[in-house]
Amino acid sequence: MSGLLEREIAFLDALRVAGIQVSLAEVLDSTRAMGAIDLMDRESLRHAFAACVLKRPAHRTTFDTLFDLWFPPAIGDSVAGEFDADGELLELTDGDGEPPDASVLRDLLRQLLLDGDEDKLRRFARAVVNDLGRADSQPGRQSWFSYRVLRQLSPETLMASLLEALLAGQERGGLAERVARQTINERIRQFQEMVESEVRRRLAEDRGVEQVSKNAVQPLAEQVDFLRASRDDMAELRRQVFPLARRLATRLTARRRLGRSGRLDFRRTVRASLGTGGVPIVTHHRPHKPHKPELTVLCDVSGSVAGFAHFTLMLAYALREQFTKVRAFAFIDTCDEVTRFFTPGGDVADALAKMSSEAQLVWFDGHSDYGHSIETFAEKYPDAVGPRTSLLILGDARNNYRATGQQTLRQLVQRARHAYWLNPEPAAYWGSGDSASSQYADVIEMVEVRNAVQLEDFVQRLLPQ
Amino acid sequence: MLQPQFASVADVKERLSAAGYLTDDAIATTVFLADRLGKPLLIEGPAGVGKTELAKSVATAIGAELIRLQCYEGLDEARALYEWNYKKQLLRIQASKDDDSWDEIHDDVFAEEFLLSRPLLTAIRRTEPTVLLIDETDKADVEVEGLLLEVLSDFQITIPELGTITATRRPLVFLTSNATRELSEALKRRCLYLHLDYPDAEREKAIVLSRVPEVAEQLAGQLVNTVRALRALELKKSPSIAESIDWARTLVALGLDTLDEQAVKDTLGVVLKHASDHERAATQLKLN
Repeated sequence: MSGLLEREIAFLDALRVAGIQVSLAEVLDSTRAMGAIDLMDRESLRHAFAACVLKRPAHRTTFDTLFDLWFPPAIGDSVAGEFDADGELLELTDGDGEPPDASVLRDLLRQLLLDGDEDKLRRFARAVVNDLGRADSQPGRQSWFSYRVLRQLSPETLMASLLEALLAGQERGGLAERVARQTINERIRQFQEMVESEVRRRLAEDRGVEQVSKNAVQPLAEQVDFLRASRDDMAELRRQVFPLARRLATRLTARRRLGRSGRLDFRRTVRASLGTGGVPIVTHHRPHKPHKPELTVLCDVSGSVAGFAHFTLMLAYALREQFTKVRAFAFIDTCDEVTRFFTPGGDVADALAKMSSEAQLVWFDGHSDYGHSIETFAEKYPDAVGPRTSLLILGDARNNYRATGQQTLRQLVQRARHAYWLNPEPAAYWGSGDSASSQYADVIEMVEVRNAVQLEDFVQRLLPQ
Repeated sequence: MLQPQFASVADVKERLSAAGYLTDDAIATTVFLADRLGKPLLIEGPAGVGKTELAKSVATAIGAELIRLQCYEGLDEARALYEWNYKKQLLRIQASKDDDSWDEIHDDVFAEEFLLSRPLLTAIRRTEPTVLLIDETDKADVEVEGLLLEVLSDFQITIPELGTITATRRPLVFLTSNATRELSEALKRRCLYLHLDYPDAEREKAIVLSRVPEVAEQLAGQLVNTVRALRALELKKSPSIAESIDWARTLVALGLDTLDEQAVKDTLGVVLKHASDHERAATQLKLN
């Protein structure tokens, strides 16, 4: 038991290192939970730990990765035994350790993906990692690579033939294909994860769990830098926009309600005084009418920062109720109003797509020109910035060494009630190379917003107390 | 005072499915632990995945009474814990004869008789098996969480005039939350945590089949796969199990036995509740 206990504590410690808070009370809970469940069942141990220490769904992936490392499903290459249980698979390993032909394995993988049997797929992943994933890095030392496996099997290229089989003669191009595609994609991703997890397990046996667990953990989507986010990260972020907006809105209304309220509500006070014999002991007040600012967003949508601009625009529109008016302007080297694409109740992602194809954003060569864009903005839309406006500029201020339009920006900032520049670059890089950040920072407050967490903090600061 | 209701994880599974709730391993293990360790269980997840239903089914499965505290903005002590029935107290004072001394009346007025029990106190005082459901905890104000802490960690309530009331038999406590706001660390630490997400295809199909037995198995499979494709789109509100079940009912009511494009197009309103989601699904699934 003591060995298990040490393992548990080391595992919980690894969670802490990965950024998941585990309190002592939770350690005690998980220890008690271990006593209550069937320890021979690995999955139920996983669920028990998850119930005790995992308090946020976003941490789930990290938790699973580390759990697989600290409580591995198998030790060494116990593949042969596993295959004996299954006559179908047995013939493929040849018995004498000779790796089978990749095309045979691909056929097998295709069949497994078609069936969708998770258990078989997992055993297959274990076997192929053993066969294909190994590389002798130094004499006597082995290394394991998931890309070797995935490259040789390349499951994505099986898509066409899998689709064919799943659709079984149904019409292509419609709903049925979409649904089938979705199912296959899910299974392929599952297989890739299995392979990666298996590779981590083999590596951990070689180099020690601590070493591997340090590198295995991916940052959470909300902490991924906008500038480095992959397509998957951005999709995940976009999915979080509405929950995030809702969370922010709830917090803001709560804050408003807590603040000292406004004029005396005579009717409610008198009504409440009846309970105390007509003496108004508790007074009731009307809530303050919340002050709602107008928001004007001016954003750089050129390639490098488009992801950031899109996410921020989506958030601004999801928070529409918190403002009297939201106007959006986009620019690359010239500026155009894009408010018209964002209709109430409409789809923001569609609006963004329409915006990039229909709005007049390019004037000269399609490289960012902040100076010209700011001048155009000030000239064409003089009514966009007024004394009630909060002006937000989004962009990395990488100006290709062109004129900055600093003076015009200074005037705009003076006209606005608040003005902020959100910069997705780390503050350390501001002013380096063709970045005009330092010039702009002289006239406008520049805020570093590299990830969703920082953006959330900023929005809370922007909105009225 | 800790009296576990379930013998094993398998027992949880069996009895919950007898009560009409199909679990998976994660749910069954967590419920089992909540029962065994005597800790409250916090269930989070998107709307319509069966958070409240789980608590109800556990109550049915163990034959316990369900006491429900629905949280809302402005919920306070007087609605959650207890309240003094001051009208009755006033009557008692007015009805007192001249020779009653003040001390006597004072003691008398703050007696059990004048206490109005609210859900939390009721659940603590019961001697029969009880399931306490604190629904939509995130809707309540932050102060309410503070009020829950004593109940959830020690299963006791302190009433200044009466003293501390401790549970004679621990109720099984379920808290649900839609995560509209982050609950406090203190509250989370006192609870076991279960994140209920959309189920995998197999379980969702089984759920649809058990809730809408009239639907053909093949149609249920089609329906579940379509719903999963919809969830993969970036929608404002992804359809949840509740919507899948509604959809199955709709298809049965319309007498459709296969889910082709026309059928999806006609009944999409059952699963998607935003006009923009509707358009988006129609274009991406090429329904037009």
